[in-house]
Amino acid sequence: MKLQKATQFGLYAVLELARDPQSQKSAVDIAKKYGISSNHLAKVLRDLGRAGFVESVRGAGGGYRFSGNSKRVTLMDVISIFEELGSDVSSPDNITQRVDIEDALLSVLFEIDEITQATFSSITLDTLLKTIYWRGQK
Amino acid sequence: MTTSQSKLEFHLRPAQTNDLEQIIKLDKQVSGIEKDDYWRERFTELHAGLGGHIFIAEKPNGLSPVIIGFIVGEVRAWEFGSRPCGWIFALAVDPEFRVRGIGEQLFTQICGAFKRNGATSVRTMVARKDQLNMSFFRAQGMMGGPFIELEKSI
Repeated sequence: MKLQKATQFGLYAVLELARDPQSQKSAVDIAKKYGISSNHLAKVLRDLGRAGFVESVRGAGGGYRFSGNSKRVTLMDVISIFEELGSDVSSPDNITQRVDIEDALLSVLFEIDEITQATFSSITLDTLLKTIYWRGQK
Repeated sequence: MTTSQSKLEFHLRPAQTNDLEQIIKLDKQVSGIEKDDYWRERFTELHAGLGGHIFIAEKPNGLSPVIIGFIVGEVRAWEFGSRPCGWIFALAVDPEFRVRGIGEQLFTQICGAFKRNGATSVRTMVARKDQLNMSFFRAQGMMGGPFIELEKSI
């Protein structure tokens, strides 16, 4: 599956800031690290700020700081700021008057959507950051 | 093992027959389903040496310690080619005592038992919408494995 660019940038930024919640980083610093557009990232950070996951710090050395609870915020919480996951599939229970093949295919897509959403909803930022640590230990 | 976290004292140990009633009660409180027969059968199997592990977390309470968590599992092997693997099929922590490391310690305890039984991995099955348990197991490092659960109404 592929996430939109804004979603990817949002996840990079929020995880980068949540990794060290005491620190503050500018959009330029984060953009440089991931090789992405700082203008685009600045817009994404404003969206994350409106959602309450980051806050801007003014003054010299200012930038952004993580302001959420990394043990509570899930990947899905961040993703849903930027895009709606899944196809336009209704629950199979609600499907009426569709050709049988269409109906069967939609059931499969619905299953995939449900698994995708359940996966993103079950991984908190803290868990993802721990995964990086566990991988480093292997 | 005795632990003190956020002023909560508890210790872990393998379950015994006289824990059955408290386990049934806690399970009903957490799952909302009373299943006496299931638990009696599990304890019978456990004591018949048919494998499996039940660990409990217990809070001191004078002469009547209170069970505030439990975990249940067993090592299974060669189901559709799966090598010996620890299976966790029940976990409950009293809602009043959650987020104090009880579930994590129960998980560590049962994984140790699985390892001693020759397993090198641990597996469980969680409802897609059960975000509480799904997030808990993810936080212990569990990820989607090489098997997929399939089912059908019959």
